[in-house]
Amino acid sequence: MIWRAEWLKFRTVRGWMFGAAAAVLIVVALGVLAATSVTMSCMDGTHEVDCPAPPTDSAGRSVADKFTFVHRALDGDGSITARVGGLDGTITYPPPDHDEIVRGVVPWAKAGLMVKDGTEPGADYAAVMVTGSHGVRMQSGFTRDRAAVPGREAWLRLTRQGDEITGDVSADGAAWQRIETVRLDGLPATVQIGLFVTSPNGMTVEENPQGGHAVAARWTQATAQFSQVSPAGGWTESLVGYSDYRTTWEQAHPPGHTETGGVITVAGAGEIGIDSENGLAVERVLTGVFAGLLPLIVVAVLCGTAEFRHRMIRTTLAAMPRPVRVSVAKAGVVGVVSLLAGLVAVAVTLPVASRMLRANAVVVLAVSWPTMLRIALGTALLLSLAGVLAYGVGALLRRAVPAVVAVTALLLAPPILAVTSVLPPDVGTWLLRLTPGAAFAIQQSVAAYPQLSRPQTVADGYFPLPPWAGLAVLALWALAAVAAATWRLRRSPA
Amino acid sequence: MTTIEVNGLRKRFGSSAALDGMTFVVRPGHVTGFVGPNGAGKSTTLRMIVGLDRPDAGTATIGGRRYAELPCPMRHAGALLDPHALHPARSGRDHLRWLARSQDLPDTRVDAVLALAGLTAAGRRTAGGYSLGMRQRLGVAAALLGDPPVLLLDEPFNGLDPAGIVWMRGLLRDLAADGRSVLVSSHLMSELQDMAGHVVVAGHGRVVADAGVDELIGAYTSLEAAYLELTAGVGGIR
Repeated sequence: MIWRAEWLKFRTVRGWMFGAAAAVLIVVALGVLAATSVTMSCMDGTHEVDCPAPPTDSAGRSVADKFTFVHRALDGDGSITARVGGLDGTITYPPPDHDEIVRGVVPWAKAGLMVKDGTEPGADYAAVMVTGSHGVRMQSGFTRDRAAVPGREAWLRLTRQGDEITGDVSADGAAWQRIETVRLDGLPATVQIGLFVTSPNGMTVEENPQGGHAVAARWTQATAQFSQVSPAGGWTESLVGYSDYRTTWEQAHPPGHTETGGVITVAGAGEIGIDSENGLAVERVLTGVFAGLLPLIVVAVLCGTAEFRHRMIRTTLAAMPRPVRVSVAKAGVVGVVSLLAGLVAVAVTLPVASRMLRANAVVVLAVSWPTMLRIALGTALLLSLAGVLAYGVGALLRRAVPAVVAVTALLLAPPILAVTSVLPPDVGTWLLRLTPGAAFAIQQSVAAYPQLSRPQTVADGYFPLPPWAGLAVLALWALAAVAAATWRLRRSPA
Repeated sequence: MTTIEVNGLRKRFGSSAALDGMTFVVRPGHVTGFVGPNGAGKSTTLRMIVGLDRPDAGTATIGGRRYAELPCPMRHAGALLDPHALHPARSGRDHLRWLARSQDLPDTRVDAVLALAGLTAAGRRTAGGYSLGMRQRLGVAAALLGDPPVLLLDEPFNGLDPAGIVWMRGLLRDLAADGRSVLVSSHLMSELQDMAGHVVVAGHGRVVADAGVDELIGAYTSLEAAYLELTAGVGGIR
């Protein structure tokens, strides 16, 4: 009865229904606007072309998967062992003067052994490797990364047993140390096993004194020597993920492999990992949520303050003398209305804007369906919890203007200030851990991974908390606000 | 037949005692006037009867139960305490509809009390544009929504035009004649003299007289004269 009464109260104030509808329209309109205003074009050698979509992994995520692979088929279980070292390479035009091509290895250059489900970019893999300056590691599935021992030279072994791939490392080829065992589900009976080398772009980050930073990237190549490979022989070379185009420097130093006296030298350039650069992050079409939240906050605050402004709370409590249940029902009605507004806004914006982006030949970074669902439902939940928070603050303060200002400052200001680098990075990071604004982490489609060389700070759009933890921060704030408002209502009703 | 029993209500606001042992009983079948100077504790008493204020001591019950314990309280007691306590953007009819939802009453009751209050046409408009008289009518409609055996009305004649006053007088008489307990606080002694069967006179937060109207008229010639005599020197504002 209380719920039905509070729902009727909400829907019979025309301005509140308009406010909720305005929130939906703003999210949709700004999403469509964002979709129409983006253009993207790429160079294939010297031709301008529509950007190719990056490959996707078995989970459906856009990934970078480019390396030189010297491999052969492995039927059933088996292993490969090699001594990997001699990591060397080339960095084009590095700082400070950017005027010469120098010898060198970038920190995340990788050389090692790999098991892969074929040679198509995006296929499942597991690998052990030495790196430029991050030691020996085992990586798999484009995001999994496990550090082992330091060093640029090592004996490495990779073993397949059923769906399990095990990596081992040794200093002398005699005493072995297990790195880890990973499962690659659904791996076929025959896989490709062999040697690989790749080298990501060299990155330098220039801090801008006004906030933010500029990232400069340059092409690099790595070479490595593999000796005492066992079992040996029967190699095929695949340039996984390479385009046909070669720079003039690459024409003279092509990727590939050579074998002399039992030592195989492999040269390669590229990256193996999640791709966040060669396309638009899908949540970008949902940036209208920031603006759409404004009318929603105002409506939710007014739901909390109107009862006091018009002394209607006396009528309400005379009809329903249960302040706790009234307060919970009001918060619930605001939460459900905001949730529905969020669901409609997301359900329209995501497909419409995605279709428009595709029509404009804009690449949208692919995400796995659980991630897509999390972004869609999470955004609707964000609107819902924002509504509950605004109601709670309104009912607690009992004054509309201070409540709207407080909620806007807590929820919307931190992410905007942090991402636009108005705040120092440390301050921005802490605000996005502690304030309700942490909830915008729920929209982040690509997480930060330390094994990627590009900067992934708050200013780059990476939130410090995991998605659901960020939303939980908002939920706690909303709960606290409603609890405080309920306490105040019980203590002094009017 | 349901009575209102107010028993030893006490309440202090800071250093001053708003209620100091307020005790009386409202019986069904006639209108009971509740009179007293400003600050005598009338509104506080009415608020306590419907649970909007907590007494420091004492009880107020309706048919033997505290208002807040009643499952659908507006079916047991209807109150008009503050005619302005409504949202200006909501129509009068929608104001009654949410109240009806809260008491599990059908919308047919809403239309019945709107008609009774003469607001059938005005009920479609937003309440923000209502005059004080219309707000009083809407407040009475809300009080009658649950067809309760007990009615509490705080200054119901305020803002009514002459036709409204006549309507209200007739309505209150009819409600009492139905066997309801009707408690009306008012400063209009002549109105009460024509209408009320019983009067409770409050002063300094307690009852200074509790008698039949005929009895008081017999002793003092008019209700007004009785009131002025009884409340002399008990000005409510100290």
